[in-house]
Amino acid sequence: MSDTHEETIAFVRESEIPAAPPPERQAGAIRWVRDNLFSTWFNAIVTLVALYVIWWLLSGLIPWIVNGTWEGSSVLECREILQGETGGCFSVLRERWSQLLFGFQYPPSLHWRPTLAFALLFVAVPPALFFKLPRWMLVFTAVYPFLAYWLIWGGTIITPVFAAIGLVVGYLVFVRVEKRSFMLGLFAALVAATVVWWFGGVIADEFSRVARLRPVASRAMGGFMLNMILGIVCVSLSLPLGILLALGRQSRLPVVKGFCVIFIEFIRGVPLITLLFVANVILAFFLPPGTNFDLILRVIIMITLFASAYIAEVIRGGLAALPKGQYEAGDSLGLNYAQSMRLIILPQALKISIPGIVNVAVGLFKDTTLVSVISMYDLVGIIRGSILASTAWSGIYWELWVAACAMFFVVCYGISQYSQWLERQLRTDHR
Amino acid sequence: MTMTDTNPSGMKVSDEIAIEIRNMNKWYGQFHVLRDIDLTVRQGERIVVCGPSGSGKSTLIRCINALEEHQQGSIVVDGVPLSSDIKNIDRIRSEVGMCFQHFNLFPHLTILENCTLAPIWVRKVPKREAEETAMYFLEKVKIPDQARKYPGQLSGGQQQRVAIARSLCMRPRIMLFDEPTSALDPEMIKEVLDTMIQLAEEGMTMICVTHEMGFARQVANRVIFMDAGQIVEQNEPEAFFKNPQNERTKLFLSQILGH
Ligand SMILES: Nc1ncnc2c1ncn2[C@@H]1O[C@H](COP(=O)(O)OP(=O)(O)OP(=O)(O)O)[C@@H](O)[C@H]1O
Ligand SMILES: [Mg+2]
Repeated sequence: MSDTHEETIAFVRESEIPAAPPPERQAGAIRWVRDNLFSTWFNAIVTLVALYVIWWLLSGLIPWIVNGTWEGSSVLECREILQGETGGCFSVLRERWSQLLFGFQYPPSLHWRPTLAFALLFVAVPPALFFKLPRWMLVFTAVYPFLAYWLIWGGTIITPVFAAIGLVVGYLVFVRVEKRSFMLGLFAALVAATVVWWFGGVIADEFSRVARLRPVASRAMGGFMLNMILGIVCVSLSLPLGILLALGRQSRLPVVKGFCVIFIEFIRGVPLITLLFVANVILAFFLPPGTNFDLILRVIIMITLFASAYIAEVIRGGLAALPKGQYEAGDSLGLNYAQSMRLIILPQALKISIPGIVNVAVGLFKDTTLVSVISMYDLVGIIRGSILASTAWSGIYWELWVAACAMFFVVCYGISQYSQWLERQLRTDHR
Repeated sequence: MTMTDTNPSGMKVSDEIAIEIRNMNKWYGQFHVLRDIDLTVRQGERIVVCGPSGSGKSTLIRCINALEEHQQGSIVVDGVPLSSDIKNIDRIRSEVGMCFQHFNLFPHLTILENCTLAPIWVRKVPKREAEETAMYFLEKVKIPDQARKYPGQLSGGQQQRVAIARSLCMRPRIMLFDEPTSALDPEMIKEVLDTMIQLAEEGMTMICVTHEMGFARQVANRVIFMDAGQIVEQNEPEAFFKNPQNERTKLFLSQILGH
């Protein structure tokens, strides 16, 4: 390097440049608006149109909400109070909220029972969803379904207790016998559980007064409660069933594989609503008369089967996305099939499948409103078949449907947020 | 072919037979991948398998722990015949460790959990004890400080060493390696080979598919050359490299040693 160059290149700073605030027009809101909303003439037009639409919506919506009345006990009284001004007639929600939530047949004096069951849901579900919580809390999660059944349907506590005992006995028998043969284990477990259930049925009939809550018939279930019951039960049943179907579809045993393929393809090929009609009419036709196989149970079975076929396909996608090496690594370490599925394959496949599973779950929850078509009074059924059909409130569409949307939205948005949180928690691949 | 009881570096080989393969044949559909394979591996022996791509090296060692099924002939590992009996297969797999070209660590588990999973579930070792064993082997492969990390946070060489440690945690009597270094950058190859050499010096029975001829010279008792699904030539490393007999072996060696 030459001397002249060295003089021009060498440089030593002797004083610090003090930090200065950015120029006024470049910072803050003005800059943001200009950059984001008016950067080109096209963007400017879009912005103006959007502003107009927002103003138009709000100018209708705000008076409707603010002027709305919660007084009055019929649509006529409502109109009187409003005196021709725009405004919602929210009095219908105030007057009919218990129907919206519980249906019109559930005895109002017993509403505390489903409410309590709902409150306990917030104790039972978190241990299953947030794995940082202590494991022992899962005990309550396991007890909850039986407790909730007892609270909502009433009757003697012996029935749900024996239902639970039957499951436990079945499981224990399965674990014992499974070592010899899987199918034999399954069969023995089924027999053992059935014996316990039958025995429980006899005892429950005999001692029907023990710890007895006033029984409520399945027909009486309605309102958003019915949607929640169907949604929660069907999602929690269809996930394990979907996993089994997905694994079955990969099975090397032709019988198992064939059964799963046919089942999945058939269920996916028919609309849910037809399955519900089948549940409503035909199942009852096939069953021996006098069997107490109630409608809710039939509907739960149908929705569960329907959702599990979709979940199975979502999970199959997750399984297919795993490199073959993961299976081989599990095999080469001597893990058996059940172990490598449970410890290696499913945790990864399910993680990949979360968005798809949540999609199915949210869709399933909303599809529970289809039961209104087979004359069950869920939230939609109650609004259409009971409230709007009444003389007092006919014509109050907006208020009711907006309320219904809001209820579903809260639950579905919650599910969606949870799934995003879960995905972040499980991100260990550091890509 | 002559066999000595010690190899160049003086490591002991016992008379006990670890793996015995007799007349083994395997087809993929119509394609005859492995033809009349006969191979006896004694306890403590270190065998390097080499050969051109597609010659069936991976298939051969994957047959030993039943990742692939063979259709003819017999394989006996540690006295247990490899049949379609799932109990025998599980037993053999828990005695035979395997390292893959692409590591195949479990990405959803930490390094420590990767290492303790099989001992806990297959060997029913208590968790505490399994973790101690895992730390012992992680120290051995020189990455104890990474135990709480996930595989995705480690370099390729480190991942392969974890994979070796994971296999060792099962205390296998035999280790199989399928091109453990061929997915690695040159500077990482050495750290993995060093680990393998250390393992060999401790007397582990090993079958390695590798093209690392330096490694073969240093630790192998025998080098096996495969082509078109057959064992074409096998010999002590010294003789194998200096004086190959078969034309195909000569060609292969000239290709990989040529540059
Ligand atoms: N699953 C399979 N189905 C059909 N053919 C296969 C299968 N796996 C391997 N092959 C074929 O079998 C032959 C041997 O494969 P193998 O993987 O054992 O070769 P290799 O010697 O390990 O080669 P490389 O050095 O490339 O790993 C190849 O010709 C390959 O195309
Ligand atoms: Mg290979």
